[in-house]
Amino acid sequence: MIHFLKSFSLWELLKGLSLTGKKLGAKKITIQYPEEKTPQSPRFRGLHALRRYPSGEERCIGCKLCEAVCPALAITIDTEERDDGTRRTTRYDIDLFKCIYCGFCEEACPVDAVVETRNFEYHFENRGEQIMKKEDLLAIGDKYEEQIAQDRETDAVYR
Amino acid sequence: MTDQSQQDLVTITIDGVEVQAPRNAMLIEVADQAGVSIPRFCYHKHLSVAANCRMCMVEVEKAPKPLPACATPVSDGMKVFTRSELALDAQKGTMEFLLINHPLDCPVCDQGGECELQDVAMGYGGDVSRFNERKRVVRDKNIGPLVSTDMTRCIHCTRCVRFGTEIAGVSELGATGRGEFMEIGTYVEKSLSSELSGNVIDLCPVGALNAKPSRMKARAWEMVEHSNISAHDSFGSNLIMHTLRNEVIRVVPQENPDVNETWISDRDRFSYEGIYSDNRLTHVMHKNTSEWEKSNWSEALHTIAETLKQYEAEDVGFLVSPNQSNEEIYLTQKLARALSVNNIDHRVNQIDFEHDHADPAFPWLGQNIADLEKQDVILIVGSDLRSEQPMLAHRVRKASARGAKVFVVNPHHCEFHMNLSSHVVVKPQDWLESLVSLLAGLNNNSELKAPNEWQTLLSSAKVDDDMAGIAKALLNKENTSVLVGSLMRSHYEYSSLRAISFSLAQLSGSCFGYVSTASNASGASLLGALPHREVMSKAIDEPGMNYQQMIQTPRKVFVLIGLEPEWDCALPAQTLKALEQAEVVIAINSFMTEAMQEYCDWMLPIKCYAEAEGTKINIEGRWQAYSNVVDAEVEVKDGWKILRMLGAELQLDGFDYVDINDVRKEISQQLNESFEFSNELSSMPNIELKHWEPDIVFSTGAAPIYTVDAIVRNASSLKQAQDLDESVVMVNATDVEKYGLLEGKWVKVSQGEDSSIFKCVVNNDILPGTVHIPTGLPRSEKLGSAYAVVELKNLSVA
Repeated sequence: MIHFLKSFSLWELLKGLSLTGKKLGAKKITIQYPEEKTPQSPRFRGLHALRRYPSGEERCIGCKLCEAVCPALAITIDTEERDDGTRRTTRYDIDLFKCIYCGFCEEACPVDAVVETRNFEYHFENRGEQIMKKEDLLAIGDKYEEQIAQDRETDAVYR
Repeated sequence: MTDQSQQDLVTITIDGVEVQAPRNAMLIEVADQAGVSIPRFCYHKHLSVAANCRMCMVEVEKAPKPLPACATPVSDGMKVFTRSELALDAQKGTMEFLLINHPLDCPVCDQGGECELQDVAMGYGGDVSRFNERKRVVRDKNIGPLVSTDMTRCIHCTRCVRFGTEIAGVSELGATGRGEFMEIGTYVEKSLSSELSGNVIDLCPVGALNAKPSRMKARAWEMVEHSNISAHDSFGSNLIMHTLRNEVIRVVPQENPDVNETWISDRDRFSYEGIYSDNRLTHVMHKNTSEWEKSNWSEALHTIAETLKQYEAEDVGFLVSPNQSNEEIYLTQKLARALSVNNIDHRVNQIDFEHDHADPAFPWLGQNIADLEKQDVILIVGSDLRSEQPMLAHRVRKASARGAKVFVVNPHHCEFHMNLSSHVVVKPQDWLESLVSLLAGLNNNSELKAPNEWQTLLSSAKVDDDMAGIAKALLNKENTSVLVGSLMRSHYEYSSLRAISFSLAQLSGSCFGYVSTASNASGASLLGALPHREVMSKAIDEPGMNYQQMIQTPRKVFVLIGLEPEWDCALPAQTLKALEQAEVVIAINSFMTEAMQEYCDWMLPIKCYAEAEGTKINIEGRWQAYSNVVDAEVEVKDGWKILRMLGAELQLDGFDYVDINDVRKEISQQLNESFEFSNELSSMPNIELKHWEPDIVFSTGAAPIYTVDAIVRNASSLKQAQDLDESVVMVNATDVEKYGLLEGKWVKVSQGEDSSIFKCVVNNDILPGTVHIPTGLPRSEKLGSAYAVVELKNLSVA
C-alpha cells in the first residue's frame, strides 16, 4: 500500500531532486589541478628519498630491513664495508613500478634514512627509469630535506 | 639397551613432564633432548662446561637458589621448573646485565638475524633499559684475515677460548682482565694460526667474531642455503653454502656426527673465494700459432676429436686430477679406453709405481672416521696430518686427548697439535731403514712374522729405543691403527715404505689406512683412472703407462683434466718439459696458469666446486652427492657434459647420457655390490736398502695447507692467512755454515739439471743434511721430486 502511494506521488524523484537543489547553491569543492592542489598530510606517502645527516653523511647503514619488509620486493640493496669500517650500501634500488607505497620501508628504517616525500608528480619517459638508484634517491632527499625534516617533527609526537 | 645402562638411568621431571636420562648427564642436555628450551650462551655440546654466562638458570625443587642447568647433573626424582617465577626472574636478571654493555647496533651487525643474544633478548629482555650510564667500549683486535672482531659486542661466554684449548689444540684466544675490564683477545697481537680457527665464528653467540671475507656483504635472513661437500680433502666434510643472488657469500658446517661433527676446516670454509678468482677460465680458448684466441665449443670439440683420431693410441696420455667427481673420472677412463688408450693416471703425486699391481682396489682409511677416536695407539707414517687432513687430525687429537698414544715417523718436521708419544723425524734416505728397524722390533716380539724374504733384512736391522717403544705400544694395545699419508706417496721408495707399513699393521693386528689429500683419490682408484686397471680394479692385459712413464717418455698428445701440472704433480719440472715438447696439449680446467698458456693448445673451461654437480667417495667409503649451488659463466660447462660431447663427437658408443643420473646409474651397475673394503696388498715387494754417501744433501717438501689444489691456491683470504714467503728454502744452521750460505740471501738449489733460486731461511727443526722446500709454488715448479739429492750454492755476497 505504501509502495503504491510512493510510486504515484513521484516521491523518489522529488527526493533526488531535493539533493540536487541543496548542492546547487553550496560551495564548490572541485579542485582545478594543476593550478590548484589539495592539502597534504605530513604522513603523505609519495616518491621515496634517502636522507643525509646535517654533516652530509648518508643516513643509510645498509641494514636491509626495508628490503626485508617490502611486501612488493621493490627494494634491492648491496652492501659492503666502507674504508672507514662502517656498513654502507653500494647499491640501493627502488623499483617504482613494483612499489605499492605502503610506507613499510619508512617504518622499518632504524635511522630514518628511507622516507616517502610529499612528491607524487613524477613520470618516466624511458623503460628502466622507474628503477631509482641510490644517487637519485639521495638527490631527492637533498632537495626536499627541509620539508621531510619538518614532517617528521610534526609527526614525532604521535610516535 | 643393556641392563647396565638401564641401571644408570634416572627419572626426572622437567616442567611436569617425566624424562629418563643417564645419571650424571647435565640438566641442559636432558632438557634439549626432551625438547624443552633453556636459554644459554656459554654452553655448547662439544665444549666443556664453563657455567659463566648464568643464562640457563632454572628452579630445582628443594634447592634454595636457582641453579645453572648446564652445570647441574641430574639425579633421581629431581623436579625442575624452567619457566617458574624464580627461574624466569633469574633469567631476566641475567639478560638485563648482559644488555648493559652490549651495544644495540643490531642493524649493522653481521650476526643480526641469527644472533643468540638477539633471540634470547626477544624472550627474556626488558623493553626499556634502566641503565643510563655510559656503555663500555673495547678496542677491536686484528686476529688475521679470516675472522673479524667487534669486541665491544663480546659477552664473555668464552666459547672461543675453550674451542682453542679443547678442539683446535692451539690456545690462541684468552681472557685478560676481570669484571668490566675483561677482554677476549690474543694478548700480543697476532693472527689465528689454527687450521680450524673459522669455527669460532659459528661458536660466537653474538657478533663479536665474524667471517672477515664475507663481512657486511649480506644479512642472515636473505641468504639461501645449499648443502655441499668439501672439495679439498678426502675427509668429505658436509658443508652448507649460503648464497645471495647467485653468489656464494659464506660456508658453514653441516652437522654430521659421523664425519665432521659441527666443525669444518678453514680451507673448506674460505676456499669459495677461489671461484671468483681472476684466474678463472671462462671461455674456450685455442692457441693459433702463438696467439690465444677465443673459440667455441662445437669448433673446439670437433677439432679435438679430429686430433685425437689422428694419433696412435699409445701416443696419447690422459692425466686426471684425483679431485674430480666420480662421473668425470669414470667418463674420462671410459673415453680413453674407447680410444684404446690405457695411458691414463690420477696418481700424479706419486713417483714410485714399482709394485702397483698389488694396490688395493679401494685404498681407504681402513675404518670409519668416527672409530678413529676410539683407537688406543695410532702410528702416523709420512703425513703432515694437520695440513693434509685438518679434520682427521682433529679426530686423532680427540683420541690422543682420551689417552691414546700417537706416534709419528716422518721424513721431515711437521707441527702437531697434540701430545705425541714420540715424533721420529728421519732423513728421507733413512726413512726406509727406520721403518725396517721398527718392523724388526715387531717381528722379534710378535707371534706373526713378516714375509720370509724379508727375514735376513730384518735380522740385521738395529732396533733403537724409539722404534722399540712404538713396537711395544702397537703390540700391547688392542685398538691400534697405522696411517700412511701423502708424504710417503711422493717419496721415491713408496712401494717399499708402504709394504713395510702394511706389514707393521699386519704383525701388530692394527688397522691399516691411507690418508690421501685429494678429495676423490679413493674413488679415482676404484673407477679405473689407472693404466693397469679398469673399473673395480679389473686387470688390463696390456697396461698403459703410468704418470711417471708418460712424463719420462713423453707422449705426443696430453689431455689434462682438472690439473695444474706444475703445482699438482710430483715431478713438476719433468712434467713441464714433457708438456712443452708434446704436439698437442688439451687442458680441461677451471683455472688457467701462466705455464698453461705456454704449453697448452686448447683450454676448455670446466665448472668447479659449487658450480658443478657430482658424487665423491670419501676416505671412509661414503658416497656423497653434491649439486650446483651457483651458476657458472655461460661457456663454462659441467665436466661430465664435456666428456659426453667429446665422446659423441668421436662417435663412440655409450656416450648418449641425458643427465648425470644416467652416468651415475651406469657406474653403480659396474660396481659389484658385494664389494669388500680391504687395504690388503696382494703381494709384497723385495726390499733393498740403498746406501747413500754420508755428505749429500737431501731435499724434503710438501704442499703447505693452502696450496693443495687450484681452488685453494686462488682463494685470496686463505692465501693471506697462510702468510707464506713463497721463495724460501729452510736450512739447518749447521748446514748454513757448512755450505757457506747466508741467512736471508739467495741460494741456488740444483737437482740434476734442474735448478731454482730460493731465499735461505734458518730453521733448526730441519735436520742437518736436509733442506725443506714447500711444494706447489712457483719456485718449486722448476725442480723435480720433493725428496731428492740437491746441491746448494750461495749466490750472494755477504
